[in-house]
Amino acid sequence: MISEARRQKAMEIIRGFPQKSSAVIPLLHLWQDEEGYLSDDAIAEVAEIMGMPPAEVQEVVSFYSMFHRRPLGRYHIEVCRSLSCALMGGRDILDHLRRRLGVGLNEPTPDGLFSVGAVECLARCDLAPVGQVNLEYTDRLTPEGVDRLLADLRARAEGGGAGA
Amino acid sequence: MPEGGAATAFEPVLFKDIDTPELYRRQVYEAHEGYAALRRALGGEGSERMTPEAVLEEVRVSNLRGRGGAGFPTARKWQFLPPPDGGPRYLVCNADESEPGTFKDHEILRKNPHMLIEGMILAGYAMRATRGFIYLRGEFAQPKRVVDAAIREAYEAGYLGRDILGSGFDFDLSTYLGAGAYICGEETALLDSLEGKRGFPRLRPPFPAVAGLYGRPTVVNNVETLANVPAIVRRGGAWFASLGTERSGGTKIFSISGRVARPGNYEYPMGTPLRVLLYEAAGGPLPGRAFKAVIPGGGSAGLLVPSQFDLPMDFEPIAQAGSMLGSAGVIVMDDSTCMVRAATWLMEFYADESCGKCTPCREGTKWLEMALERIETGRGTPDDLELLQGLPGQILGNTFCGLGDAAVGFLMSAVRHFWPEFEAHVAEGRCPSGGDGR
Ligand SMILES: Cc1cc2nc3c(=O)[nH]c(=O)nc-3n(C[C@H](O)[C@H](O)[C@H](O)COP(=O)(O)O)c2cc1C
Ligand code: FES
Repeated sequence: MISEARRQKAMEIIRGFPQKSSAVIPLLHLWQDEEGYLSDDAIAEVAEIMGMPPAEVQEVVSFYSMFHRRPLGRYHIEVCRSLSCALMGGRDILDHLRRRLGVGLNEPTPDGLFSVGAVECLARCDLAPVGQVNLEYTDRLTPEGVDRLLADLRARAEGGGAGA
Repeated sequence: MPEGGAATAFEPVLFKDIDTPELYRRQVYEAHEGYAALRRALGGEGSERMTPEAVLEEVRVSNLRGRGGAGFPTARKWQFLPPPDGGPRYLVCNADESEPGTFKDHEILRKNPHMLIEGMILAGYAMRATRGFIYLRGEFAQPKRVVDAAIREAYEAGYLGRDILGSGFDFDLSTYLGAGAYICGEETALLDSLEGKRGFPRLRPPFPAVAGLYGRPTVVNNVETLANVPAIVRRGGAWFASLGTERSGGTKIFSISGRVARPGNYEYPMGTPLRVLLYEAAGGPLPGRAFKAVIPGGGSAGLLVPSQFDLPMDFEPIAQAGSMLGSAGVIVMDDSTCMVRAATWLMEFYADESCGKCTPCREGTKWLEMALERIETGRGTPDDLELLQGLPGQILGNTFCGLGDAAVGFLMSAVRHFWPEFEAHVAEGRCPSGGDGR
């Protein structure tokens, strides 16, 4: 069931475009922002509002790397693996994180708190190695800094705080 | 800006006020000549209104060339639009900035969004487009908030919307967030994405100027390109042209990163020698290190070696040297860098980001990625070496869009300049530098 508030937001997004087709990616963002990932239901709901077959919405979803069909951790930590960051040790940071958390890419920890993603150049290469936590930038990553980051996020989660 | 006093004297255009606190707020921007060009062009305070043709003429005289990578003359691109037919026409700002090693647009977006907005209104006026979009890559949720707030302020001040400054000109603007796909930086793939599709490059012709967004006449320009327009209108095209070289007007923001003492964005005149950027701006190599190779124009460009550091950073000289100015993302490698590893990292990127539409790109990048990975991890064979010498030349120029050429640019130059490193990896079954692999 689509909540009335969300339907309103969706209608407002659609009205903002000269043609309705443009709204599909913004709507998928809206659903993913609020639900954390895109479930089958989410795709069916977006398809219904867009007046598109769900299979077509799924085609769009599968093309874009930022749309996730499975839940991620509450804190999704992404590390850039592109050249400028790699030259400054970015890939070592990625390995360090995965070892620390014992997870594969885009796979949440058993407590659901964390997941790790590898991303390409985030356009902040001057602060290499660069990452994002729930799409907010974090930079000049070091193994010790990443350990502190994990501890901080864990404390925040236990303190009942909201997202990153 | 570089510490320790810059020796090169020039007038900055884009970064003139960049470190002013809260420049992203309309009143602060206005206190620094913000929206003065728009007031001048669209008439306000007594001065004579400029016609759209007059704005276009200033841009033509300015010798402004596209900052998105190809260096196409901006005024000429606008002139390709057919005469108005009463239907909509669109101006799309390419804020996808996904070229590895490029981070200039991000700084403009987060620190001076009004400069881009003012540039878009002026560009829209010149080309008689009444609707603009700023296409931001999906990872730019943070800068998007800044740009959205600035757009709201511009509407409140009457710079956007109906009858701007009493000129009768209407212009609406909004942002659009992509969702993760390098190919969406390519302008026709970007338009498909903006229409709600997968971002596949389109067959050309027709060019976007004729049939772009929703099949209507459309211009796609990079953030930095459009952000130059207010200064061109305010100070005149001739002034802007005089800052650069004969064929490229103005200044350029160079994003310098990698193995260098002071990475960052530095604005310098077009045609500034690479050496000045590397030493005067970026402070030279890291302590105890020596430069080995530099990519001058983002991950898609071939490398240059130290004997080429006196080349002027302008489109033609860098192209003649077998590379490209591209996005001017300057990526620095030093004596600790393994060239085979750097080539592998880059090829992984292009293999992942190939949209899969055409075979040479989809298959070719995968083959090269696998061969490079084998060589890099000491499992390479003479056949793999042969592949590196033959296959890139077959991809070059044979793909549907520019991604194929981009994928092989660095590899071909690394093969040309550092072939013994590739051979040694195969002969010794390991990385001969034995360094930390960076
Ligand atoms: C694979 C590929 C990726 C591209 N990525 C970008 C990008 O991230 N940003 C950009 O402005 N231009 C990018 N371009 C260039 C655009 O297609 C287009 O030329 C540019 O946006 C035009 O703007 P300009 O005339 O102001 O340079 C890319 C091109 C290709 C082939
Ligand atoms: S290479 Fe990592 S942010 Fe650019």
